[in-house]
Amino acid sequence: MPSELKIVNGRVYDPANHINGDVQDICVRDGKIVDSVSKSVTKIDAHGMVVMPGAIDIHCHIAGPKVNLARKLMPEDHRLDVHPKTAVTRSGTGGIVPSTFATGYRYATMGYTTAMEAAVPPITARHVLEELDDTPVIDKGFYVLLGNNAFLYKLLKEGRKNEFKEAIAWWVNSVHAYTVKLVNTGSDELWKGRKNANITDVNESIDHYDITPVHVMESFIEAAHELGLPHPPHIHCNNLGHSGNISTTLDTMKAAQGRRVHMAHIQFHSFGGELNKNPVSGAREIIDYINDHENITADVGQVMFGKATAMTADAPLAWMLRNVKFDKWVNADTECESGCGIIPFSYQESIYTHTLQWAMGLELFLMSKDPWRVLLSTDHPNGGSFMNYPKLIKLLMDSAYRKEALKHLNQKAVDKTVLLELDREYTLNEIAIITRAGPARALGLMNKGHLGVGADADITVYTEEDDKEKMFNAPRYVIKDGITVINDHEFATDHKGKILHSKPGYNEEIAAEIEPFFEDYYSVRFSNYAISDDYLHDHEEIPTHPKS
Amino acid sequence: MPEVIQSKPKEKKNIKIVKDATCTFCGCVCDDMELTVDLDEHRITKAKNACVLGRAWFYEHVLEDRPVVLIDGKEATLEEGMDTAAQILVDAKFPITYGLSDCTCEAQRVAVDIMDTINGNVDTTTSVCHGPSGMAFQGVGESTATLGEIRNRADLVIYWGGNPAESHPRHFTRYAVTPKGMYIPNGKKDRTVVLVDVRKTSSTPVADIFVQVKPGKDFEVLWALRALVKGKRISKDIEEQTGVSREMLDDLVYRMKNCQYGVLFLGMGLTMTRGRHFNSGAVYSLAADLNEFTHFVAKPVRGHGNVTGADNVVSWQTGYPFGVNFNRGYPRFNPGEFTTSDVLARGETDAAMIIASDPASNFSRRAIEHLAKIPVITMDTKETHTTKISKVRFAVATYGINTGGTVYRMDDVPISLRPAFDSPFPTDQEVLEGIRQRVKRLLTGSKARTAF
Repeated sequence: MPSELKIVNGRVYDPANHINGDVQDICVRDGKIVDSVSKSVTKIDAHGMVVMPGAIDIHCHIAGPKVNLARKLMPEDHRLDVHPKTAVTRSGTGGIVPSTFATGYRYATMGYTTAMEAAVPPITARHVLEELDDTPVIDKGFYVLLGNNAFLYKLLKEGRKNEFKEAIAWWVNSVHAYTVKLVNTGSDELWKGRKNANITDVNESIDHYDITPVHVMESFIEAAHELGLPHPPHIHCNNLGHSGNISTTLDTMKAAQGRRVHMAHIQFHSFGGELNKNPVSGAREIIDYINDHENITADVGQVMFGKATAMTADAPLAWMLRNVKFDKWVNADTECESGCGIIPFSYQESIYTHTLQWAMGLELFLMSKDPWRVLLSTDHPNGGSFMNYPKLIKLLMDSAYRKEALKHLNQKAVDKTVLLELDREYTLNEIAIITRAGPARALGLMNKGHLGVGADADITVYTEEDDKEKMFNAPRYVIKDGITVINDHEFATDHKGKILHSKPGYNEEIAAEIEPFFEDYYSVRFSNYAISDDYLHDHEEIPTHPKS
Repeated sequence: MPEVIQSKPKEKKNIKIVKDATCTFCGCVCDDMELTVDLDEHRITKAKNACVLGRAWFYEHVLEDRPVVLIDGKEATLEEGMDTAAQILVDAKFPITYGLSDCTCEAQRVAVDIMDTINGNVDTTTSVCHGPSGMAFQGVGESTATLGEIRNRADLVIYWGGNPAESHPRHFTRYAVTPKGMYIPNGKKDRTVVLVDVRKTSSTPVADIFVQVKPGKDFEVLWALRALVKGKRISKDIEEQTGVSREMLDDLVYRMKNCQYGVLFLGMGLTMTRGRHFNSGAVYSLAADLNEFTHFVAKPVRGHGNVTGADNVVSWQTGYPFGVNFNRGYPRFNPGEFTTSDVLARGETDAAMIIASDPASNFSRRAIEHLAKIPVITMDTKETHTTKISKVRFAVATYGINTGGTVYRMDDVPISLRPAFDSPFPTDQEVLEGIRQRVKRLLTGSKARTAF
């Protein structure tokens, strides 16, 4: 018996298929959207409801060593937000960094069915896959941190571009990653090797390697283009959070030279002003550049007031925050591959920079001309929890609400932005783009983010409400792989979800080049490094499109 | 599956070589073992690269001729064992599980699930070793690094309250003292090694500087170092109090502030003596403070092969590293309340599932007396004091020798195991999965234990 389902009478928002609020039926068989189903099928009557594809988080931090360190770090946060089990779901703890089970269930309760962990040092990828296997309901994948990789730097120093590309492909395959991630390129060597220094200029030479961050980023963008990765390099620019960092961000976007690139959490990289002085908003310059360059996609990394956690491979950034706050601080160096910093944080309405950041994020959204390329995120948990998404959607859809909120913020910061002049309100169709269709397109997920025939049956049904926060906070139904996981607001069953990964082709001879480096500088054996397929469990390989 | 290289030397027909196997004896989790396995005799005859402890671990592992399951001392089938164990757990008002540090993460995940299902209590041997470091971490954080980073960069290596020469013999040679690294081309010559302890041990000869602290005075020395690093005054009678001279402290501070990349390894001499989590917290705080001058990290030297994996699994599933209670249908954490030695000593639990550990040999008398009174389920590879008092005893295969799976090294680096030869005994994971399935079946429908 095929498992079938039909959602009838709902207003459907499926931007990828140009369906904008039309009343349509959606048919599901065996986890996929189909043309038609048998007459006796189970029906969901979605009269008065909004039907959208399951939402996709293109950038969040939900699994792996840094996330687990942050969990261990904050028992005081977990105890305030327990996550009791039900007859069908596991228990857990919430707070700003929830346990794995709570993470999966809470994403589902907001209509999210896919989320991508954005920063994983390859040597710890096994840990990430284990945690993702314990993250229920949603599909998930991760971006592997290669932007400070000592072996790849060595190849670039030697000018061996082809081997560089092959080695990237070897790494993505060996750890089952989705794409490559670059964070504060070039900084690790200075952080670990030069007493906590940091790269401040993307054209500055990286110690020991005679290459610049711009050269590294260009090389990654070119290699990923040739390998045809489903999602281009996902870049966390240098100088995050520093006044005047827009010049760095613009330099980075220019390095793409028209090739695809994804700019992570751009709000944090849109500061105008001068270094070491109070920042001003540089959102206009950044969004103008993005509007004019179709090769660029970005997620905003909106800041939301309240608790957050700085959790980043950008160790110097966490150190900078530690010296503002002097709270508990975690640093974790990963051999030859990465750095990491963690610090509990909170964004406060009264603080100039925090208000400015909140406003800058909204400016970016509201001045964006192409919702397909400027996507919704809070860089969870860095700008705030993913649980804030419904509130963020309300801020985008309701200008009166937004203007009221502005009254309670630091007015000096508000004056430095143009937010008061922006009356734009996002439509439901645009929300469906920035949370569903857009991320799917940016990720190269052909079967997600839409409700056309052949798509994965990941569907969310919301009761339509004037209060969009309330509406997006609690979908009536969430269907994952054709299974009604949330039925009339209650969990009806548990569900696993699968790992999404890519397998770019490469010449296996590159392994013989990498192995001696491991013998000299790694603390694990080369043969124990690559991760067997056993760790993938349910998984889907997303095809690459190599340029030969 | 792990690659196995078959070879056939002349005289023996059935010899197998397993390259890059992993030793799970201690927290070093060395993954460069070359094991020669006699498949006829079911034993490892050579363990190249293993230390003295690793050799004993591999060579002394033989397949003992004993029943897979004993119930009340009588031989039973695996199914009967799992049925009885599940019934005990379901019938109990306050069931607990403890141990977990010498089994794979795959097994640990199932054990936590069972306790979540029956509203029990989960705790690991962390609570009696580096639990205080876990609590200190919650208080102040930690600047840390993988062992390969320390090998590549550390020019100042401090061991405090530990004797790795005997507890982790390859810590010196594989990771932190003698190996050459990327920016340490001459190995030990490029490093300064400091050992701080209450007495000289077999680790002392490796040190360039030995600092002898009066027993129980580690916190005072650490706090004095913090003060000096920050340029504050300290008490004039510091030597009288701690046994460490002002000159020695000044020298240490100079070295710590001026090294290129420093590391402080902390042992159980700090966590299980006066001060406990204050001691670990002082180490973490000192390392954090030193980052204002140079790059500095700290790292607990963890004991059991996969105790770090247990910390990770319990943390990602519950948010807390050890001492976790599910009585209310969600995880709560409170060391002293939900740590096993305390739960037992207060006589609160009425059933215990002990996995890969031997509390009956090292807990307090009151705790052991209570353990002897309640139904105990054990999973272990050998006979122990705890298996002897158990109602249901499963003999299980040894992880890393007979089973695959995942373990985490003391620096949170996960490694997959390559088993050497098969065992007739089931794995911990298989037994736990069988129990989980039965527990869930017994608690279907209205009997399901949900939140209170």
